[in-house]
Amino acid sequence: MKPFTYERARSPAEAAAAAARTPGAKFIAGGTNLLDLMKLQIETPGHLIDVNGLALDKIEATAEGGLRIGALVRNTDLAADERVRRDYGVLSRALLAGASGQLRNKATTGGNLLQRTRCPYFYDTNQPCNKRQPGSGCAAIGGYSRQLAVIGSSEACIATHPGDMSIAMRALDAVVETVKPDGTARAIPIAEFHRLPGDTPQIETALEQGEFITAVVLPKPAGGTHIYRKVRDRASYAYALVSVAAIVQRDGTARVAIGGVAHKPWRVEAAEAEIPRGAKAAAAAIMAGARPTHDNAFKVTLVERTLGAVLAEARS
Amino acid sequence: MSHVSFTVNGERRQLDIDTRTTLLDALREHLHLTGSKKGCDHGQCGACTALVNGRRINTCLSLAVMHEGDEVTTIEGLGKPGDLHPMQAAFVKHDGYQCGYCTPGQICSSVAVLKEIEAGIPSHVSADLNAKPGVTAEEIRERMSGNICRCGAYSNIVEAISEVAGSQA
Ligand SMILES: Cc1cc2nc3c(=O)[nH]c(=O)nc-3n(C[C@H](O)[C@H](O)[C@H](O)COP(=O)(O)OP(=O)(O)OC[C@H]3O[C@@H](n4cnc5c(N)ncnc54)[C@H](O)[C@@H]3O)c2cc1C
Ligand code: SF4
Ligand code: FES
Ligand code: FES
Repeated sequence: MKPFTYERARSPAEAAAAAARTPGAKFIAGGTNLLDLMKLQIETPGHLIDVNGLALDKIEATAEGGLRIGALVRNTDLAADERVRRDYGVLSRALLAGASGQLRNKATTGGNLLQRTRCPYFYDTNQPCNKRQPGSGCAAIGGYSRQLAVIGSSEACIATHPGDMSIAMRALDAVVETVKPDGTARAIPIAEFHRLPGDTPQIETALEQGEFITAVVLPKPAGGTHIYRKVRDRASYAYALVSVAAIVQRDGTARVAIGGVAHKPWRVEAAEAEIPRGAKAAAAAIMAGARPTHDNAFKVTLVERTLGAVLAEARS
Repeated sequence: MSHVSFTVNGERRQLDIDTRTTLLDALREHLHLTGSKKGCDHGQCGACTALVNGRRINTCLSLAVMHEGDEVTTIEGLGKPGDLHPMQAAFVKHDGYQCGYCTPGQICSSVAVLKEIEAGIPSHVSADLNAKPGVTAEEIRERMSGNICRCGAYSNIVEAISEVAGSQA
């Protein structure tokens, strides 16, 4: 790790202001992604702002009948919350399908949203990578790309967003609340939070320099059957090849977000009209325009099959 | 350099350390508690698992300076030769190891797993999210998946944990 100075934040607004003021500063929450990357010198912050002391570890009911999840709520606590289990089962399931018990005890809601890609070339500092070093090229294109994106990718980057939690949040239409360094607050719909890589894959979210996530808000419960199906190379403790987060209603309509296929949670609202017609038609509409590589073309078929399994489970 | 004070195995400790020091390195290199092991140093193996304020974490992915005021329990704090924690005794009885390198992490994790089940925290294999999870072999395997054993002592580990769970019930 490169040397860094360290401070404990006293309020979200002060944390944001400090991050904007100090060049090379980063927030640290659970640390489970940031420290991993710092050890490999993929992230080299000169200053860390520890936000763990901020009282953002509560899950509260909103006036609209939903839930406001503090940015520091740990993944374990979010998955185990009685209201989340009962009304937002897809979110509990997605969290429980991710990482390990130890990691979920540390990982936070804000940090999880911002976890970086697991592209093997992003992790290997000897390789060109436009995300790690803008303009250096992309070793994954033409390289080993089995785990990487099949849709929404660009000539500059074919990485995926690797997370599970955010896929469920996309199906739930969550909203990310933040505070900016000038103290103003804003609310970013999850659909606009993560970006496609385009020609600036180093910019992964809509957050501005120093902007701090304070909470994630879930709208009032949507009812229906909640399913999160994650397909991976081993039964536990592995990232998704493909995952499907679905909320299926009795009349056969559904909201569906797909993980493991793109640089962001992949959801095509317009394609959801096809869902009552079955997985084949729906998957074709959701994955229209997919551009897989030689190594990962199987993911397109896997989306259809996983969606089929999810819809069958919802009917049973 | 930065100052931090926390409690380790019931004893108050003060350290002046480089901000880069992980909790694992603080325990091993500064406090000479070498029970917690460094396998991968990247959160992938679980050998460094210890309990912080009663919850299991990977000490390799946490900075020591972030633990001001915390209570840390390592394998040394669970029990000692002649006065073993029931989980330590069960690992011995069931041969829950071969080389033993992953064992301190496995045992710390196991102790926390039984508490997590007791607290009603669901897992990926819990059939009903809203029911109290059971202490089945399937639940134990899923919940222990963050602890890798290169020697493959898994089936004996599950037996050891099941026995302790049974005697607690
Ligand atoms: C071995 C291993 C396996 C894993 N498997 C999975 C898996 O299967 N599925 C999955 O989804 N994830 C998996 N993960 C990733 C894990 O979920 C993330 O590491 C974790 O969620 C990150 O949360 P954190 O609080 O530790 O973030 P940190 O590491 O503290 O922070 C991550 C980033 O977010 C920023 N940040 C943190 N909080 C805020 C905030 N409030 N506002 C603004 N910026 C903030 C930090 O500056 C940093 O850039 C795995 C991780 C490991 C190590
Ligand atoms: S796919 Fe993206 S993250 Fe991976 S090497 Fe290419 S630019 Fe880097
Ligand atoms: S050493 Fe911490 S998880 Fe491997
Ligand atoms: S006993 Fe050797 S690694 Fe588990």
